[in-house]
Amino acid sequence: MRLFINGNQKEFPEPSSGGLTVKSLLNALKLKPEAMAFELNLEIVPKKDYDSRLLKEGDKIEIISFVGGG
Amino acid sequence: MNCELKIGKYEFKSRMFVGTGKYSSFGIMKEALESSGTDCVTVAVRRVNLTDKTKESLLDYIDPKRYKILPNTAGCYTVDEAIRTARLAREVGLSDMIKLEVIGDEKTLYPDLNGLIEATKALVKEGFTVLPYTSDDLVTALRLEDAGAACVMPLGAPIGSGLGITSPMNIQIIISRLKVPVIVDAGVGTASDIAVAMELGADGVLLNTGIALAKDPVNMAKAMRLACEAGRLAYLSGRIAKKYFVAEPSSPLEAGLLRPAPMPQIIKNKK
Repeated sequence: MRLFINGNQKEFPEPSSGGLTVKSLLNALKLKPEAMAFELNLEIVPKKDYDSRLLKEGDKIEIISFVGGG
Repeated sequence: MNCELKIGKYEFKSRMFVGTGKYSSFGIMKEALESSGTDCVTVAVRRVNLTDKTKESLLDYIDPKRYKILPNTAGCYTVDEAIRTARLAREVGLSDMIKLEVIGDEKTLYPDLNGLIEATKALVKEGFTVLPYTSDDLVTALRLEDAGAACVMPLGAPIGSGLGITSPMNIQIIISRLKVPVIVDAGVGTASDIAVAMELGADGVLLNTGIALAKDPVNMAKAMRLACEAGRLAYLSGRIAKKYFVAEPSSPLEAGLLRPAPMPQIIKNKK
């Protein structure tokens, strides 16, 4: 399925069973679900829902953390 | 902990908050932060780098046990952008303090005061500890306090300008009227700027560029730490009044060894 992640379009294979969850996407991106925020179609997905929230074709995703700033 | 400063429910042992941007390297940043003695650092909220995983990240160099993290809403020009950014910042999970910036002008980065007050009200309602970056206008500072801000942060001068405290009078007026802490944020260029702010009675200062872009950030951070302590102690010690156009000698006025007797009258025709 096609996802927009941090402004870029990416193709992700849909898993054979169930669907693509937030957690599995983070695994595929080799990201730990700590010290980050996940926004799906302008809505924040709480960390407790990472295992259950399913992604669909065309979803717009922002994966956010902290960088240097004043 | 020796609590010097309390903002909302948060306690700080240093009256200096330091930014994490613009350093030449994370290593220098880490040393400078240690040298400053701060226990609160600001961070910006941005996209994770997904393309280059080998790139180091800021949080590899900031120990959240040592430093309280104060995320900012830098780059936000609308209330909605600021609220969205604040919510994302809180979701990262390291802090529910927010340095609220709603920018009104791209060149000067001066705040949009109406937007700032509106965003403060909204975020206070959502349980954030709001630290708003504002102008040195008293009325706005009072409105922000009424809106529930945990402190107010008037600018000394534009962000990164290094001009110091451009209106000591306005900062003093704000300090004299607000019940919440007043943190001078932006414009600090060198150590004496911090001493000036603290001598006016500021509860603290927030700065980034003044350290990060100094030729020697580590030693500048140390100088600034000393200036912050010196300025605060001077303020607490009750300075003398300023007297214009007259002097008051420090040494005694009575006739003494070194004070000549008045010149004798020349008596004419004395034989």
